[in-house]
Amino acid sequence: MSERVLMKGNEAMAEAAIRAGCRHFFGYPITPQTEVAAYMSKKMPKIGGTYLQAESEIAAINMVLGAASAGVRAMTSSSSPGISLKTEGISYIAGSDLPCLIVNVERGGPGLGGIQPAQSDYWQATRALGHGDFHVLVFAPSTVQEVVDLVFLAYDLAEKYRMPALLLSDGLLGQMMEPVSFPDPVEKFAEKPWAANGHQNKRPHNIINSLYLKPDELERTVVERFARYAEIEAAEQRYQEYLCDDADYIIVAFGATSRVSQSAVDTLRAQGIKAGLLRPVTLWPFPKDAIRAHIPHVKSFLSVEMNMGQMVDDVRLAVEGKVPVEFFGRTGGVIPRPSEVVEAVMKVAGGDR
Amino acid sequence: MATVYKKSALLSDVPLHYCPGCTHGIIHKLVAESLEELDAGGKAVGVAPVGCSVLAYNYFTCDMVEAPHGRAPAIATGLKRALPDGMIFTYQGDGDLAAIGTAETVHAATRGENITVIFVNNAIYGMTGGQMAPTTLPGQVTQTTPYGRDVTTAGFPVRVCEMLSTLSGVAYAERVSVDTVPNIRKAKAAIKKAFETQAAKKGFSIVEVLSTCPTNWGLSPTEALEWLRQNMMPYYPLGVYQDRTANEKGVF
Repeated sequence: MSERVLMKGNEAMAEAAIRAGCRHFFGYPITPQTEVAAYMSKKMPKIGGTYLQAESEIAAINMVLGAASAGVRAMTSSSSPGISLKTEGISYIAGSDLPCLIVNVERGGPGLGGIQPAQSDYWQATRALGHGDFHVLVFAPSTVQEVVDLVFLAYDLAEKYRMPALLLSDGLLGQMMEPVSFPDPVEKFAEKPWAANGHQNKRPHNIINSLYLKPDELERTVVERFARYAEIEAAEQRYQEYLCDDADYIIVAFGATSRVSQSAVDTLRAQGIKAGLLRPVTLWPFPKDAIRAHIPHVKSFLSVEMNMGQMVDDVRLAVEGKVPVEFFGRTGGVIPRPSEVVEAVMKVAGGDR
Repeated sequence: MATVYKKSALLSDVPLHYCPGCTHGIIHKLVAESLEELDAGGKAVGVAPVGCSVLAYNYFTCDMVEAPHGRAPAIATGLKRALPDGMIFTYQGDGDLAAIGTAETVHAATRGENITVIFVNNAIYGMTGGQMAPTTLPGQVTQTTPYGRDVTTAGFPVRVCEMLSTLSGVAYAERVSVDTVPNIRKAKAAIKKAFETQAAKKGFSIVEVLSTCPTNWGLSPTEALEWLRQNMMPYYPLGVYQDRTANEKGVF
């Protein structure tokens, strides 16, 4: 562990990736992920790493595909519109069973949208990072320290399960400064016998590929991948709870909105309303087991998001209609105030207090 | 008995799927032999495109990566940055390289990316059944230019070597053909030189190979070779378009 230092979320993320062993960063300028690339461009040349400013987001993600094929820890970062461009490459990376780290410092959408913080890429992150049947590990930090810790975890799990990992940050977390300490640098990496790094005439050739022209072969490949996904869903659901055990009303919120929601829970508790907060840390796999465990004692769940209601779908799928699931959100780059969240819970609670 | 000819160890025993008379087989052989002669098979990683040569990863026995359509130079860039001493090459057709992958091609070239691009130009999209390519000639009939390529609406064919030769990162660019035995020998020399350029870390190298598509041109293999000579060569003259390999540091 390093000493505690005060750092911006985006810069801490870049430093964490370097300490986690990333020496190959491929990016393209976009707000509000700017500091990630700027930090990499400053640091990588000093440590023998690669910072490469690609001609497009499409090229950047394919450079990641190439570097990951060779077996190294590679990374790209972008913000919402740029992630849309990367989805082609992400689908191929998933279909080729390659590990890598992709960062989305979210901004408002659709289209060019805005440059203020948003969570309106939840559906994209968990459902639509490209065509085809596949999942991506999705991590949603809520503090700068957690940004750092999840970068390490994301690389480890991406390599363990041979799949891409997405760190879903937002403009708020990216720009915010908080004290942070870094884990020790990773020095030993997992063997990658599958890598296309030149066989040196010592083994048969490795092929990194996502093409299977025979339907039964493609089906088998996808089914095998989904068996791995089932293992992940059983083992890797991560979340944090705040005052959930006796809660009548549980707010479900991730990332920046979980911070606002935690303040709201404190206010509600002070007013005698038994509110709690369940914060998903992994958005895929979604912590549905943790949510289900509270069904017997809650009167309703409230999903609080910086969008028009996206994660609420997953909460409803987890709850299966057993108790009401409500939604409160602001979008377009507007950050909800704690008082608005308090009001939303009050509304859900009705006269019941 | 003396062995006078041996198939390159860089080619697998998987039967090629190419149509009869297609020149991809010849070009595969030239790439494989060049790598073998440079003793580079063990450190080579090839990038296959989308197009007729999409299955090239099954045919070369070096490590291989299959790219999304047009992205091979970006993938090769990632590979090369991770494996600076590797021998990294892409094998791409005209649609892949000069239409959907134009940005990746141009920028890998202008960065002086130390990779080798084998560019197979047969003036048509073969795999999808013969549509207009960026290199389809004016007046050429394809499935999507049934009245011949009308440059007033479909624009003009791209001359890739000429265009790339203007970029400072290009160490070596040559256009060759595989229509005759002497030209095949010249093509082999060019491909080998391109790999040598990469081995000496001199910058981006590309060999454009004029090739035929008898199936989609609707010609016999022999007629197709003649059509290449009569129609493609005047528009796409053979020759060296850039050569900075004599510089000790290449393009840098």
